[in-house]
Amino acid sequence: MKKHWFLQLVAVFLLALLVACGGDDETGGDDTGSDNSSNDNGTEESTDSGDEEQKRHAFVFKNTGNPYGEKQMEGFETAINETGGEAILRAPDQPTVEGQIQIIEELIAQQVDSISVAANDYDGLQPVLTKAMNQGIKVLSADSAVNGDSRMVHINQADPEAIGRTLVQAVTEMMENEGQFAILSATSQASNQNLWIEWMETELENEEYADVELVEVAYGDDLRDKSVSETEALLQSYPELKAIVAPTTVGIAAASKVITDKGLQGEVLVTGLGLPSEMAEYISNGVSPWMYLWNPIDVGYLTGYAANALAEEEITGEAGESFEAGDLEGSFEVTESDDGTEILLGEPFQFDPDNIDEWKDVY
Amino acid sequence: MVTRTIENSQSFSWKRFFMQWEWMLILLIIAIFMMNSSISPYFLNYTSITDATMTFLDKAFIVFPMVMIMLMREIDISVGSTVALSSVVMATAYNAGLPMILALILCLAVGALCGFLNGFLLVKYRELSAVIVTLSTMILYRGIAYMILEDQSAGGFPTWFSFFGWGYVGTIPFIFILFIALAILFVLMQQKSVLGRQIYAIGSNPTAARFAGVKVDRIKLIVFTLAGVMAAITAIFLTARMGSTRPNVANMYELDVIAMVALGGISTAGGKGRMLGAVLAVFVIGYLQYGLGLINIPAQALLVIIGLLLIISVTITNLRVKKKL
Repeated sequence: MKKHWFLQLVAVFLLALLVACGGDDETGGDDTGSDNSSNDNGTEESTDSGDEEQKRHAFVFKNTGNPYGEKQMEGFETAINETGGEAILRAPDQPTVEGQIQIIEELIAQQVDSISVAANDYDGLQPVLTKAMNQGIKVLSADSAVNGDSRMVHINQADPEAIGRTLVQAVTEMMENEGQFAILSATSQASNQNLWIEWMETELENEEYADVELVEVAYGDDLRDKSVSETEALLQSYPELKAIVAPTTVGIAAASKVITDKGLQGEVLVTGLGLPSEMAEYISNGVSPWMYLWNPIDVGYLTGYAANALAEEEITGEAGESFEAGDLEGSFEVTESDDGTEILLGEPFQFDPDNIDEWKDVY
Repeated sequence: MVTRTIENSQSFSWKRFFMQWEWMLILLIIAIFMMNSSISPYFLNYTSITDATMTFLDKAFIVFPMVMIMLMREIDISVGSTVALSSVVMATAYNAGLPMILALILCLAVGALCGFLNGFLLVKYRELSAVIVTLSTMILYRGIAYMILEDQSAGGFPTWFSFFGWGYVGTIPFIFILFIALAILFVLMQQKSVLGRQIYAIGSNPTAARFAGVKVDRIKLIVFTLAGVMAAITAIFLTARMGSTRPNVANMYELDVIAMVALGGISTAGGKGRMLGAVLAVFVIGYLQYGLGLINIPAQALLVIIGLLLIISVTITNLRVKKKL
C-alpha cells in the first residue's frame, strides 16, 4: 500500500513537471520580448513581467490542423511583428463555438489588446465578444464574420458578390453552359460560405444559365473525411453530375482526391477556392482546370494591421476611415457592409496550369 | 453494500483516511493552482478564477448521473446528443412562440424523455450492452436535432435568459452555486441514501443484488432518466452562454464527462469509487485546461496533457482496486 502512495505522489510531480516544461517551451524559447525590432522567434515570448508596453494581439481561428488557417495566422503574426507587438495564435481542436468561447475567455483574462476571430458561428460568440469589448479589448472578425454587434470591424477576403459570381461563371464555362453541378461547402453556419452561395444562386438566375442546374449544396464541415464521403454521396446521387464547386480549401482538395481516385478525370470537373500547395496535383492532372483564392497570408496580414490600427486608435471601425497596411499596396478603407462595417482585401485570384507551379511552394 | 459493511467494520485509521484518491485530487488541484499562478500572472485573481469556473461547469452537471451509471457498470454516451436535442427543441419552441418558461420546462422534459428511452431499452432488452444502446440513441438524438434545425442556428432569447450562462449572485457565479448545491445533494444521495447503496450493490454484483431484492431495473431507469435531465440542464446553461444554438452543439461532450468520472476514481469495473472524487476531478481538468489556455498552449498539446493525466490516474485507481481485491 505504501508503494502506491509514493506512486501517486510521483505521478503528480511528473505531471507538474511535464506541464511546467510545456509552458517553458511555449513562452521561454527566446528572451527577446523587450526588443521591439525582433521579428522571427521572439513573438511567442509573453510579456509576463508586464513592464513593457508591447501590444498583444490574439488571433482565434476555427480549428487546428487547417492549412488555410495556419497561413492566415502566419500573415497575422508577420504583421503584428512589424508593428512591434506580440501575436498570440489560438484555435480549438474542433470547429465549435464552445471551443472558441473558452479560448476568448482565456484571452480576456490575459487582457490582450485585440482579439481577431474567424468565427464558427455568426451569432454564437456575441456574449463573449461583447464582454471583451466592454473590457476595452478591440474585437475584429476575419475571414468568417460574426454579427455586427459582436465586432468593431470585419476583414473580408474579397467582395462576396465577386466570388459568388466568378465561381458560377467559371463552372458554367467548364460545363459549356449545360448540365448539373453541386456545391460542396464547409459547415452550414459558416457565414462567408453561405454568403458566396447566395451570390452564386443570384448569378444563376441569369438567363444565359437556363440549362445549368445546381442540384445540391452538401456540407463537408471542413473535415477531410466528411468532405470525402459527401463527395461520394454526390457522385452516387447524381450520375449526370458534371462539376463540383467547393468554396472551401478542405472541400476542394477532398473532392479532387475522390474524383482522381475514381478515375473520373475530365468527366466531373472541380473548381472553387483552394490552396495552391494542396491543389497543384489536381490542377496538373486536369481534375480541376482552374480555381481561385485570395492570399490567406494577406488576409491575416491585413487583419494584423487592422488590429494594430484599432489598438493604436488610428481607426475606430467606423465607415469612411482608412489606414495603411505595411507591404500591401495602397490604403484600406472601412466600408459599410450588410451588418456592421468591413475592410475588403481585394478580388479573388485565379490559379491554373500556367501559374500553379510558382504558387504551390508559396502556400 | 457488502464491501461497505466490511470497510465500516474496520477500525478507523488515519493512514487509511489520507490514502483516499480524493486527497490525491485535492493535491492535484493545489498543484494546478500553484502551477497556474506561477506560469501566468493573470490567473490568481478573483475575476479570472470565477470566469474560469464558468467556462467548464456547464458540462459538469452530467458528471453526477454518469458516476451513478458507471458505478452500475453501465455507460451513457448519448448525453452530448441529448444536450443538443433538448437545446434545439427549446430554441425552436421559443421561436415558434412558446413562452420562455415553458420552453425551459420543455427542454427538461425532452432531456428526461431521452434518458428514459435509454433506460427503457436497456431494461427491456437486457442482452444489449449500454454502449450499443446509447450509441444508437446518440446518433438518433443528434439526427433529430439536425432534422429540426436543418443545419441552421436558432437564438434571439429574452435577455434574462443569458443569466443562466453569465449571471452572478452577488459576486459568485450562479452556475457555481447551483453546481455546489447539486454536488452536495448528489454526494449525500450516493454515499448515504438507500438508492446510493443499492447502486454500489448493483455495480459489485448485479445478479446478487437482484436476488437480494434490489429493484435493479427500476434503479437503472431512474438513473438514466436523471442523466437526461442533467443533460437538459447543461443544455440550458450552454445555450444561455452562446445566446444561440446549433444542432452540432455539445459535440463529444460525453467523452469529456467520462474522462472526468474516470479521473474521479470511479472504477470502470463498477462498484468502486465515490461521487466526491468525480466532483473534484471536474475542477482538476477545468482549471488545468484554463491555466494552460492562459499561456496559450496549442489545442493539440492540451489534448496530450489531459490524455496523459487520464492514463496515469486510471492506472493508479485500477491498481488500487486490484490490490484491495
